[in-house]
Amino acid sequence: MSTIQPKVSEPVSDELTLVQAAKAGDVGAFEELVRRYDRNVFRIAQHITQNREDAEDVVQDAFLKAYGNLNQFQGQSKFYTWLVRIAVNEALMKLRRRRPERMVSLDEEVKTEEDSLPREVADWSPNPEQQYSQAELRDILTRTIQGLPATFRTVFVLRDVEGLSTEETADALDLSVPAVKSRLLRARLQLRERLSRYFQRRESAEARPKHASGDGYQ
Amino acid sequence: MKCSEFLQELTNYLDGVIDDRTKSELEDHLAWCHNCYVVCDTTKKTIEIYRDSQLYELPEDLRSRLRSAIVSKCHAKKRAGPERP
Repeated sequence: MSTIQPKVSEPVSDELTLVQAAKAGDVGAFEELVRRYDRNVFRIAQHITQNREDAEDVVQDAFLKAYGNLNQFQGQSKFYTWLVRIAVNEALMKLRRRRPERMVSLDEEVKTEEDSLPREVADWSPNPEQQYSQAELRDILTRTIQGLPATFRTVFVLRDVEGLSTEETADALDLSVPAVKSRLLRARLQLRERLSRYFQRRESAEARPKHASGDGYQ
Repeated sequence: MKCSEFLQELTNYLDGVIDDRTKSELEDHLAWCHNCYVVCDTTKKTIEIYRDSQLYELPEDLRSRLRSAIVSKCHAKKRAGPERP
């Protein structure tokens, strides 16, 4: 079985030049940085806040905060990782404001491992996403990822959707590498479990009850 | 290797950050354990489906509106000079 290939990221060779120019007051250079990363910041913000207006605010607030604090960017990490860190904090603040009854923290203790043990081990159809229209698929994927705790959702989005490395994700979220890995495993397994309800090979579930729902995982 | 041990290594295996010896132990396990094979395969598909899904794309009109707002506020900040503590 082959491994997951990471997304190819854009060249960053001239990025430090843009940051230096922006620091020196060149708003045009900063605009170029906005152009490079606004889509990513919007996606991350919407995944975390689950709200379009909040995500729009996060895009503005994160870039303005980055602009106002450019002098604090030392260049030890990539500009993008630094920006993601700001955006994640802004998004979590929005989420906390909207759901004050639930403490939202990336440090929240992950419960037992049982929450991620596979229960659904039925095979999927060869091209499961083609069983649904684009709109249906979008709805399934959105609802499924929204059901994850914020901490799992955030790690999954940075690592698997945006293609940050484990180290960059740890840096952006102020978590240790083992904490990122543990949350990523749980997030992947929980999403897989939930998607199985939609994507499993129907005739196979009947023909091979041994591997169908309820069989459990040893 | 037990299924629970396989599961602990699943993320490292899918990300390709694993030593050759552990990799071959995992693949031996996959060769006979159908449940782990399915879990591994469908986890990989889960990641690929989300990565290719283009959920939450930023529409171009909203994008340029946001960018204009950001840029004009940056100009305003620049005119106002450095913030005082």
